Amino acid sequence: MPSDIRYPLATHYQERLRSASGLPFENVSMENVLGNHLSARDLGISSDTLVMQAEIAGEAGYLQLSANLLRAAELVRMPDDVLLRVYTALRPRRSTYPELIGLADELENRYEATLVSEMVREAAEVYRGRDLLMGDSQEEKPT
Amino acid sequence: MMSQSSRFAAREKRPINRDTFISEWPEAGLIIVGSPNDPSPSIAIGNGRITEMDGRNEAEFDLIDRFIASRAIDIDVARTAMSTDSLELARMTVDMNVSRVEVARLIAGCSPAKLVEVLSRLNVVEMMMALQKMRLRRSPANQAHVTNRKETPALLAADAAEAALRGFAEVETTVGVSRYAPLNAIAVLVGSQTGRGGVLTQCSVEEELGLRIALKGFTSYAETLSVYGTERTFVDGDDTPWSKAFLASAYASRGVKIRFTSGSGSEALMAHSEGKSMLYLEARSLLIAKASGSQGVQNGSISLIALVMSLPRGLWGVLAENLLAAMLGLELASGNDALSSHSDIRKGAKLMLQFLPGTDLITSGYSLIPKIDNMFGGGNFDSDDLDDWYALQRDMIVDGGIRPVREDEVLAVREEAARAIQAVFRQLDLPAITDDEVERAVTAYDSDDMPDRDRGADVIAADALMAGESSAIDVIKALSSSGFHESSQRVLEMQRQRITGDYLQPSAIFDEEFAVRSVLNDPNDYAGPGTGYRVLDEQRWPAIQDLPFVRNPRDLVPPSREAPLFIEQRNALAGSGTEVVIAVGPAFGSELQATISGWPHRDVITALINGIEEAGVAARIVKVYHSADCAFIGHAAAKLSGCGIGIGIQSKGTTVIHSKRLAPLNNLELFSMAPSLSLESYRAIGHNAASYALGRPVAPVPITIDNTARLRLIVRTTVMHLIETGRIQESKAPVEIEVRKV
Repeated sequence: MPSDIRYPLATHYQERLRSASGLPFENVSMENVLGNHLSARDLGISSDTLVMQAEIAGEAGYLQLSANLLRAAELVRMPDDVLLRVYTALRPRRSTYPELIGLADELENRYEATLVSEMVREAAEVYRGRDLLMGDSQEEKPT
Repeated sequence: MMSQSSRFAAREKRPINRDTFISEWPEAGLIIVGSPNDPSPSIAIGNGRITEMDGRNEAEFDLIDRFIASRAIDIDVARTAMSTDSLELARMTVDMNVSRVEVARLIAGCSPAKLVEVLSRLNVVEMMMALQKMRLRRSPANQAHVTNRKETPALLAADAAEAALRGFAEVETTVGVSRYAPLNAIAVLVGSQTGRGGVLTQCSVEEELGLRIALKGFTSYAETLSVYGTERTFVDGDDTPWSKAFLASAYASRGVKIRFTSGSGSEALMAHSEGKSMLYLEARSLLIAKASGSQGVQNGSISLIALVMSLPRGLWGVLAENLLAAMLGLELASGNDALSSHSDIRKGAKLMLQFLPGTDLITSGYSLIPKIDNMFGGGNFDSDDLDDWYALQRDMIVDGGIRPVREDEVLAVREEAARAIQAVFRQLDLPAITDDEVERAVTAYDSDDMPDRDRGADVIAADALMAGESSAIDVIKALSSSGFHESSQRVLEMQRQRITGDYLQPSAIFDEEFAVRSVLNDPNDYAGPGTGYRVLDEQRWPAIQDLPFVRNPRDLVPPSREAPLFIEQRNALAGSGTEVVIAVGPAFGSELQATISGWPHRDVITALINGIEEAGVAARIVKVYHSADCAFIGHAAAKLSGCGIGIGIQSKGTTVIHSKRLAPLNNLELFSMAPSLSLESYRAIGHNAASYALGRPVAPVPITIDNTARLRLIVRTTVMHLIETGRIQESKAPVEIEVRKV
């Protein structure tokens, strides 16, 4: 992590920015769009950039936002359909406890998403205690 | 029961009495603050974590307690914050000498119940002071709503372009039929970037669909990630804090800004308030938003505002929750979106709570389209109210986030946007937008003015678009290949900004040069008079005051180009016998030749003379130069009259019947409301003056009272009097005059 990062990156760091695919920022150009040289990932934010933004947010005192951006950095490498699958799995009563633990393992092993998988494991524990796993009845839930 | 009093009956018909007002019902959560079921503030810390919060032990934590306790509250300052007297914290929040950052540092250590206790010590004026200091971004901004019942794309694009031109930083659209979402998102994206570069756009739909649209690059932010203050409400909303937090990270991982939605009333509406007050539950909601890593929220009750405003302290509570968001370091988009009242007075007063202190986005959002086309629940302020908004900005030296525009500019960007979306639909093989649709979208009032589209074909195409690989790249290409190079470049620039991540930081918007403006590079530095965002010091002030409907006062009353009405003779001499002298003001019949009501001076003088002569009395006219004051003009006439009765008339038409036996500022009859005077009135005035001259009993001339006349004409009155006063020659004696023959 360069220690000289300054906000906004578009002004102070542009020449070193790369997109999610590793494409240098300057190559995200109209010329390349029209030449059919760009994919969706070429227009995505990179993990490195999210980590830099997380550091900027943290230094300014926005600690929770910073943590969110670090989780986001892990999700960059995750395909869209996996993102949607994880989100659905975390919604109330969509998953069993073992399914959530399995999902956490998958995120950690396949995508090195340590922070996100920690969060999924935590959700599994909390959901178990609050009847939010698949098969739990809505009616028995304490109010 | 019918009212016996006619005044009570009249009030019952007023708009305010169509609003519902109820008493508190704490068990149902219908209470703004201070429910008997609200807990008292407490925090216990053990082993580096919170083991008790607001009277509840860790083992009893529900989903929300657990999420807040582990993520939202800064344990390092919790002891200090919780042991600081709430009144002291309240005073620090208001005190201009305590910085925003210092307040936020301590507030970060407070439990939900503690936050409510702090807010409870403040009144609305103190909260407005506090909000002025605590809002994140220095420059205020505003958000627009752009929707229509027909979901017709040319109109959506045209309206988004107009919103952008007017300076809205964000444009939010939504759907009637959710399958339309990608089409509406594209229309608003293309339209807004055609109007002005750098506008953020979103499409409010179900969470998963919203994410999928953002993944395609059709939107640049998402706002409707709703959070709630009780577990049951949260789960009924088909989410948990963990799923919501994941969603926040998912959006950020694609470079998309998010803002959570909270706001009083939802728990009561969904019947799961647990008997807690709305403000306490909102404090919990805001802490969830913060704990999830959302950079901001929209709150202020949003769509349930009418429920909140039915209760005592409703608007106090709305401002309290707005302020709390800012105190927690969250970007604040402060409601004022859904219809809040039938009463314009109440709506306008409500708005002032956010408009005057300024928030990051004063509404969330402002209905750029007529209410009838607003798919969000009304549009508290809509396209018809824009000029009111501009006038308020100008009146109070407040930047309400938008700039005035001329009609020709509006029409030009509307047409460009409608043509651009037509081209994009054509290139993406979406159902054609006809030239007729484009043309009508430019000048339409609402979607009734638009031809019907084949909605079946639209949604099938939308489904295919969602299922396929098309993305913002295809939109950029379509615009470029159709010659819309500027729009194309701007849509690309919005994508490029995603790569930088700069607008993921708190309270970020873009200016028209795509320069990001957030709390990090445009922090609110308010610290009392002379600091913070001061409109008069900003480049926007000239635009804010120069409204298209502002008129140059010098042009309000153009000088007369007609030949003078009178031929001047010798200096006027004192008369003898029974006569009425009419004295006119210095500009009468020369620089000015009509009264404020538009009566030609020639006709007025004729009417006065006719009235006098009908009574068998002689009339004589003179022009007074030494005064423009009606009383002195009239008194001069009376002093010249052989029997001491005169009429004085100013150019604007104000008239007096005077007697030389009275003091100048006294009178026999005064007609100060010139706008109410007809030619018949002037005739009657002449007749009465003649009757005084003859010593007959006189019934005063009846006059109509029009209390709106001053409102309508005070500016013209001032200008006319200024012209008359400009003709004064103090040393010049009254001159005998006669009316020039036509």
